[in-house]
Amino acid sequence: MLNKNALKTLLIVVPLVTLAACKSGPTDAELEAEANSQAEAAAQQVAEAEAAADAEAKRVDVAKADALQKAKDMFENEKATLVAQNVVYFDFDQASVKSDFHAVLDMHAAFLVKNPGQSIVVEGHCDNRGTPEYNIALGERRAQSVETYLMNAGVSSAQVSVVSYGEEKPAVQGGSEYAFAQNRRGIVVYQ
Amino acid sequence: MATWILKFSSKQVTIMAAAVLLFFNFQLNAATNEIIITGGIESARPIGVVPFKYLGNTSLPENLSEVVASDLQRSGKFSPLKLSLMPQFPTTDTEINYAAWAQKGIDMVLVGSVESTGLNQYLVTFELVDVLRAQATGGQAKTLENGKLVMTRDHVIEKRTKTINGGDFRQYAHIISDIVYEKLTGQRGAFLTRIAYIKVLDRDTNPKPYRLVIADYDNVNPTTLLSSPEPLMSPTWSPDGNTLAYVSFENKRSQIYLQDIYTTSRTRLTDFPGINGAPNFSPDGKKLAMVLSKDGNPEIYIMDLQTRNLTRITRNRAIDTEPSWTPDGKSLIFTSERGGKPQIYQVNLATNRKSRLTFEGEMNLGGAITPDNSQLVIVNRTRGDYHIAKQDLKNGDMLVLTNTYLDESPSISPNGSMIIYSVLEYGKPALAWVSLDGRFSFKEPVADGEVKSPSWSPFLL
Repeated sequence: MLNKNALKTLLIVVPLVTLAACKSGPTDAELEAEANSQAEAAAQQVAEAEAAADAEAKRVDVAKADALQKAKDMFENEKATLVAQNVVYFDFDQASVKSDFHAVLDMHAAFLVKNPGQSIVVEGHCDNRGTPEYNIALGERRAQSVETYLMNAGVSSAQVSVVSYGEEKPAVQGGSEYAFAQNRRGIVVYQ
Repeated sequence: MATWILKFSSKQVTIMAAAVLLFFNFQLNAATNEIIITGGIESARPIGVVPFKYLGNTSLPENLSEVVASDLQRSGKFSPLKLSLMPQFPTTDTEINYAAWAQKGIDMVLVGSVESTGLNQYLVTFELVDVLRAQATGGQAKTLENGKLVMTRDHVIEKRTKTINGGDFRQYAHIISDIVYEKLTGQRGAFLTRIAYIKVLDRDTNPKPYRLVIADYDNVNPTTLLSSPEPLMSPTWSPDGNTLAYVSFENKRSQIYLQDIYTTSRTRLTDFPGINGAPNFSPDGKKLAMVLSKDGNPEIYIMDLQTRNLTRITRNRAIDTEPSWTPDGKSLIFTSERGGKPQIYQVNLATNRKSRLTFEGEMNLGGAITPDNSQLVIVNRTRGDYHIAKQDLKNGDMLVLTNTYLDESPSISPNGSMIIYSVLEYGKPALAWVSLDGRFSFKEPVADGEVKSPSWSPFLL
């Protein structure tokens, strides 16, 4: 019986002694943890550096995008300005560009020269006097004279094409002088 | 010139001849288009077109005699007597009181009947009677035949009996009109023909406002062959009447298409850079004259429809357009600015020799030659006004035929008697007609849209 009790005591004490003995230096586990935390710190440093680099790159990208957006806005604004004044009018049975419209066509030309990727279609239209077939021919001649004006101002022929609608797409209905004048026109259509 | 409104519609018929309705069963929703006669009724020959008597209980699909009267009216050669002025309503020659009609100044009377003979089957009989001849012979002329004196009824100019289907009433009415017209004028009637034209609906509210339409010659039974968001132009008939050539901008540029009017199947014929326009079939139907600007400016070409090979006809820095074949197919006439302003020229296709045909007026455009090769029909501009005119090909005399506004796109009926063209009416393009002698003209009331570029078909039977 006694032996049994002594054994019980021993079983309890020995582990305690062993535990106390351990306090004297770092265990393997402690060392490993230490190493891990150092690696973590290093990794964090790298990550921070990377994040900083990313942030910097992003800042540059944003600046670039801003610049691009600004350029795009400018392009769109300029284009919108031009689209708002894209009609030139012709005299009866005439196809030559009147000097009144040189300034506006010069603006279109400058924009097209600056933006060689931009293409346009020049539409030629007529009033409804004369026959539809003759007016198709006259409308083409009008569109071509606008095309020639733009090309003389430096626009590439690759950017410009022409189509004549003759008297088929009037801007104003009817047979009045006002309608006739509004319908004899060339339109610069941005694609 | 006097302006008359003549309408062969149910309402007026009802008012004018209510009594007649007691004896005759009218089809009251017959489709005949109202026309506004703008000149020339005084030169037309009076004729009595008596309502055909109907023997049957079902309602008739169409009122034959009403369509015949409308046809004769539209030809400009005849002025059908109003129902309210008719002295009687006979059904056969034997019932005609010749003196009563003669007294009204009527020398020709058309009478007839329609009998229901079965399901959707009708027996139609009609007689064209020369009232004055009948008066002179008392209805019984004596002639020598094989040495014998026999009695004839030669005052009956034509008598026919035919069984028709309910769906063929309108067509048969046009056949009766053709017979009457040819018997009394010596010229073939063109009542069994069609027209093609472009209709443009409100472009702000219709996604596909441009329509290619074909209809009977009197613009009844219009059928839309094609609807498009982009312009359609220049419909023109093949000589067999089966195919239309026209220009479509559906791909944002002009292209020439061929379309079978029965199957509605279509083929894109040309897609050259620039203008693809003004198609016109040769009289044998094997070639198509057209305008192409692929070489810089509008030039006349001829395409062989089988090989699709192109032959260039003009070579000129000026505008050349509107080719149209002479009836013999050996020449083209066309519009050219080579002399400064647009005028009509002719090119001999064998020699390629070109000659100028028109000299009068500031401009002459859109020329076409009548089937008998005697007249050039043109759009003439004089003092700023555009009118349809004709020029005698032998002596060069020009006569302005119309007094409407901004006339264009004349197209001649296959018998050469009438011209259909486009006018500006209350600011909108509409259809108008004028006889080749310029005496008779009429137009349609303003429709729900613009109607332009009419083209008259060839004879279809």
